[in-house]
Amino acid sequence: MIGITSFGGHIPRLRLSRKSVFQHMGWLNPGTGAVSQGEKSMCNWDEDSVTMAVAAARDCLVGQDKREVDSLYLASTTLPFADRLNAGIVATALNLRDDIHTADISSSQRAGISALIAGLRTVQGGVKKVLVAAADKRDAQCGSNYEMLFGDGAASVLLGDEDVVAEFKGSFSVSYDFVDHYRGQNERFDHTWEERWTRDEGYVKIVPQAINGLLAKLGISMAEVDKLVFPCLFKREYPAIAKAVGVLPSEGDKVVDNLHEVCGETGTAHPLVMLVATLEAAKPGERILVAGYGQGCDALYFQVTDKVDDLPSRTGIRGSLANREATDSYMKYVAFRNLLPVELGARAEVAMPTALSILWRDRKMILGLVGGKCEKCGTPQFPKAEVCVNPECGAIDTQVDYEFADEPGVVKTFTGDMLAASIDPPNVYGMVQFEAGGRFMADFVDCRLEDVKVGMPMRMTFRKHLDDRGRGFTGYFWKAMPGR
Amino acid sequence: MATGIRDKVVILGMGCTKFGERWDVGANQLMLEAFREALADAGIEKNQIQAAWFGSYADEVSVGKSALPLSLALRLSEIPVTRVENLCATGTEAFRGACYAVAAGVYDITLALGCEKLKDTGYGGLPGRSGGPTQKSQWAPGQTAPGIFAQLASAYAAKYRIPMEDLKRAMAQVSVKSHANGSINPKAHLRRAVSIEQVLAAPIISYPLGLYDCCGVSDGSACAIVTTPEIAKALGKKDLISVKSLQISVSNGREAGHNDWDGDHFVTTAKASKRAYEEAGITNPRQEVSMIEVHDCFSITELVTMEDLYMSERGGAVKDILEGFYDRDGKVPCQIDGGLKCFGHPVGASGLRMLYEMYLQLQGRAGERQLPNPHLGLTHNLGGGPSENVCGIAIVGSYGA
Repeated sequence: MIGITSFGGHIPRLRLSRKSVFQHMGWLNPGTGAVSQGEKSMCNWDEDSVTMAVAAARDCLVGQDKREVDSLYLASTTLPFADRLNAGIVATALNLRDDIHTADISSSQRAGISALIAGLRTVQGGVKKVLVAAADKRDAQCGSNYEMLFGDGAASVLLGDEDVVAEFKGSFSVSYDFVDHYRGQNERFDHTWEERWTRDEGYVKIVPQAINGLLAKLGISMAEVDKLVFPCLFKREYPAIAKAVGVLPSEGDKVVDNLHEVCGETGTAHPLVMLVATLEAAKPGERILVAGYGQGCDALYFQVTDKVDDLPSRTGIRGSLANREATDSYMKYVAFRNLLPVELGARAEVAMPTALSILWRDRKMILGLVGGKCEKCGTPQFPKAEVCVNPECGAIDTQVDYEFADEPGVVKTFTGDMLAASIDPPNVYGMVQFEAGGRFMADFVDCRLEDVKVGMPMRMTFRKHLDDRGRGFTGYFWKAMPGR
Repeated sequence: MATGIRDKVVILGMGCTKFGERWDVGANQLMLEAFREALADAGIEKNQIQAAWFGSYADEVSVGKSALPLSLALRLSEIPVTRVENLCATGTEAFRGACYAVAAGVYDITLALGCEKLKDTGYGGLPGRSGGPTQKSQWAPGQTAPGIFAQLASAYAAKYRIPMEDLKRAMAQVSVKSHANGSINPKAHLRRAVSIEQVLAAPIISYPLGLYDCCGVSDGSACAIVTTPEIAKALGKKDLISVKSLQISVSNGREAGHNDWDGDHFVTTAKASKRAYEEAGITNPRQEVSMIEVHDCFSITELVTMEDLYMSERGGAVKDILEGFYDRDGKVPCQIDGGLKCFGHPVGASGLRMLYEMYLQLQGRAGERQLPNPHLGLTHNLGGGPSENVCGIAIVGSYGA
């Protein structure tokens, strides 16, 4: 038996009320009022597809031995690097083994579901454990329909042949160069064709081809599907697609909601986001059909096993949807996404080139938050050093790698700095101290200054450290956020 | 057996420019302004100076790298000049170099000069990190000096269970006192007295530090000419002011990386001051030291430093400050010249500026600020932040006392 052995998700904590989008931009495009219900998830200024993928993958790896991961596929259409393996950043951040295969899968809204298929085929080919992460942070022009519909998010699944929680039964794909939208090389926003054509000739015709093809291939009917998971940008098309794949009018609740009101469509991650949300509530025996659309469509069929009840608790999609901070500041949204030039002061103008040789030499420290632990006195410390920092010890060359990413910490000192260059002032930072030993000065995120207290529990999150726009380089490091 | 610096070196002359926004002059003029005063005070010729130590910090925006700027500005006669840089403790470091050379018997007369021209950066506050491709730039938070020091307040309030409002009030009194002192010092950058209410109502720069909790960023230069007691006497000097102690203590990463420090004080200052008192033969600093100039870059820095100097008990600085112990008419006056807070903080010059005030006070030349009969003065000069820093301490006093 092969299939999904673990799963996780990450939806950014910030949620922008669509009413506020409409209040600011509805004058330009009154039609967007029709899709202005609820809220959309929105990356903080220091989150992108790589950081969200890391968050989802960490969630997926809760209770798993990450040293057993043999392959990592990262799917996204909004990767920060066009020629630097983004999956390599994720693998280093997760501190996976060096002797693994890593690949980016991109260029289509189908990339996420395709990564899932590729991962399952890799396991079928004999590889033991494959980690798949999908994330998207798409930009849309102010006032566009897409601006209303898009959200940011990520999901991750671990695939393998032991302790399978959702058995993979089969897949079916159709591929067409059907261009309802595209984003050219170096373009920031999508170009679209008429929405009616996209709906009627795209979604409503192509999704059923894949789903019906899979049912025929497996020799089953829609009666043997308990949950039907497929994203569709246009919520009102769900009944037509459901009908075309044989869902009876009385069985409407087997079609899983596309999360429009609570999150928006998270791009190529969305089939996996919806799948993970479904798995989080699934009972043993439940049969799930998931499809992902984009220049064709992939459909997969899973059956949940008894092992699903053995998985340790995780944040998941439902947990991260519940961990929300609502905002109606549309201007913050456009500023965070660099859709609006804002004054950050002279301190933000300092050139910040990244020494790539240092990044390579200290990759475990900077991307993986790996410090040292002195084997003589047992003191964890960051950074790892040749000489032990414990004044009672001072032993030389005694330190072994020690991961801080999952260690619980507390606030030791803090401030909220109005002088530091920040797009979200005040810049809140301070010393985070780990309960098992070790400390360092870190940026604090996902918290308000007035809520920060000395002694408050903190945990670590992988975020963008700097945007070197002059060189097109994104630097990453770890920050502290409230919680356990 | 090493015997320390006590009474081996005396100050022959000192000079200090007016600190402030010196839009009209560059570093060259500032250095010359301080030097001319010191040379006249010493009563010697320029060519009697055999070696010089030059302190400047922010080379990229200010004076420039190497020892050349000093030699060029003063047209020194190709003597040895060394540039030193040790963050905000640079001025004390330059003084230490000049004193040690004389104490070693290598030179008879040496010069220490610090200078900084900070008001050419185009913005308020200290220049930010240089942006060099260092490892730290890939992970350290986007910090500023106020933010780095502000964290002392959060840790101090938590450790001693003091409500932040009470701590803020003591911090405000630190600034109120320095403004009062600066208001009567013609060379000070900021010369307006302020009230506690004004300080508390000021906008926040970095929580919990408000505008008046932060020192000025200034242009300026200060210098000292030093020699041996014998040469000073031979030059006809009376009532000599001698160096009693010079100490530097530098962090080794323990505060930043090991959990045995609570973030509420300076490990280095506690070590350097202890060594300084030993070197100077002081057993009870609260009773014996007449006056102090400390590195009050921020009000909270001064507050916790009172404890690291063993002037106030641990946790007792708030009470001492509010009771006026460190006011100009208190038991141990602190920042008599206005301090970094009001005299200003041209980084490389600050350590020497502190000594300048001690020197004037000990000679009875401090004008309206003159204290009655001071005999021992301590300066404390700090570079870096609470978790990683360089602390310099100098004690000066009447020769032979």
